[in-house]
Amino acid sequence: MAASMRLLVRRVLRLSHRNINVAAAGGSGRSGCCSGSSSCRCFSDATGDRSTHFGFETVPETEKAKRVYKVFENVAQKYDVMNDAMSLGIHRVWKDMLLHAMHPQPGVRLLDVAGGTGDIAFRFLEYVQSQQERQKRRAARSTQTPSWQDISTNYSTEDKDGPQESKAVVCDINKEMLKVGKQKADSMGVSAGLSWVVGDAEELPFDDDQFDIYTIAFGIRNVTHIDQALQEALRVLKPGGRFMCLEFSKVTNPVLARLYDTYSFQMIPVLGEVIAGDWKSYQYLVESIRKFPDQEEFKGMIEDAGFYCVHYHNLTGGVVALHSGFKL
Amino acid sequence: MSLCAVKGFQRLRQRQCVLISKAVCVHQLHSSPGFTDSCYDGLYPGHIQTTPIQKALLAVGSGVAALQNPYRHDMVAVLGETTGHLALINLRDRMKNDPEGYTILTERPRIRLSTLDLSRMASLPDGSFGREYLRFLEDNHVTPDSRADVKFVDNEELAYVMQRYREVHDLLHTLLGMPTNMLGEVAVKWFEAAQTGLPMCALGAVLGPLRLNSSRLQSLFTSLGPWALQNGRRSRCILSIFYERRWEQNLEDLRQELNIEPPPVILSAANKRST
Repeated sequence: MAASMRLLVRRVLRLSHRNINVAAAGGSGRSGCCSGSSSCRCFSDATGDRSTHFGFETVPETEKAKRVYKVFENVAQKYDVMNDAMSLGIHRVWKDMLLHAMHPQPGVRLLDVAGGTGDIAFRFLEYVQSQQERQKRRAARSTQTPSWQDISTNYSTEDKDGPQESKAVVCDINKEMLKVGKQKADSMGVSAGLSWVVGDAEELPFDDDQFDIYTIAFGIRNVTHIDQALQEALRVLKPGGRFMCLEFSKVTNPVLARLYDTYSFQMIPVLGEVIAGDWKSYQYLVESIRKFPDQEEFKGMIEDAGFYCVHYHNLTGGVVALHSGFKL
Repeated sequence: MSLCAVKGFQRLRQRQCVLISKAVCVHQLHSSPGFTDSCYDGLYPGHIQTTPIQKALLAVGSGVAALQNPYRHDMVAVLGETTGHLALINLRDRMKNDPEGYTILTERPRIRLSTLDLSRMASLPDGSFGREYLRFLEDNHVTPDSRADVKFVDNEELAYVMQRYREVHDLLHTLLGMPTNMLGEVAVKWFEAAQTGLPMCALGAVLGPLRLNSSRLQSLFTSLGPWALQNGRRSRCILSIFYERRWEQNLEDLRQELNIEPPPVILSAANKRST
């Protein structure tokens, strides 16, 4: 009885695994045949009607942006709840680690692209505020017995908080996501030093050399032309500015990879259906992760765009990678 | 018993492979630029392929979500689709054995506002099925277009049977004379559970009464409940009736033809106070 139960369980697992493989193979088979025909179209069509991937589907490039917009429009309301459910809260740790690696000092300007609901921007402002308080405490501790001269100079330079104020700009192409982010900011009572801008990562509405730090967390895989987004990042950063990217990447450990695949393809669309009522958007999400280049390839793309000292750190065994580069 | 289950899984695996290769074929046929919603991946528009594990997770998840928030009709729908395979096969076979049901399976009518001729139905005499149905829609402020599409049934014909069951639900309210308040819905669920054997109906029938107050519970257990169960069991299969061609028929005649007794208690739609 126990043996036949084990057999049943094994068959069910094999069935689901085969379905993942067949779906993946079917997906690559589909995109293979489609990209084959599309490359023929490339040669014959003068207007360059190229196609790209949308998850495991192949769609024309002009359509990808529209479909991605629709996906995030649908999931915006339940975005944060779903993030917590899908990653079991670990996404908060990933974002905290990004901030720790960033270690921003008071006075820097941050641009968070594809910032949507504002997770990175809120953490940034909190971090900078705690840094500021720490600095004030340190200053207070070192001047415990001030002379009259010191007190009078302190009074005259009291509004030096002005130039020290940090600013965070949240830029996103999707208005729904920004709306949710603004609502969060209002309910948290955060407004100082925060602005919300609608913009396309491939064509940012900012002048050159504006920002000290550029971050893009879990957004760059949705961009149609990643190289253009990287070039824009280089453009808007000040010399000495830092580019930081959090993104899902390739898991190196084979056992963990298998578990991660099973969890992604079996569990996440189900969670999407039950919590957000939207299976297809979350199917797109797990498929788009598989289509994104791995750590080394992405590092090469960042270097090609013109960044220096490009490094990456794997988080949670490679599920997420934190890439960083400098504009010199 | 375990050997049968193993054989069942083998058959399922074969069907799964056939399904996925069919889906790939459908996609290849439609892989042109401007990929719109008119082209679909799967056996019918809106079909989403799922593995047995996903179906099990969906069943559990949708059950929990529906219990926590009964207004999530999409979760009730998903629960019905993921748990109703055997009952749907039973229903489909019953329809096939009935001449009118067979016609429905071949012609595949859909009940939508766009397919109903409302002005003609309003002009029908009182007591006719069409007129009473329209009155029911108006009194309870419902529309036949609010039914979710079927997504997780892996057979095109069974998906249609499920869709038909959802669309016939409102007509059933009219046939049984039940309004859309909690008591009326529970009575209809008891009837449906006895008729169709869908696990989702059975679950609704068991959990629905928990939200009723004591006087309604009494009414349910003494008169409405037994009436609904008895009639559910002995009536003709309600999915096998071509309602779209019977608007002019007198409601009482239709009830007699289906072997349904008129309700023992007249519930009014104005009775919409919370239970």
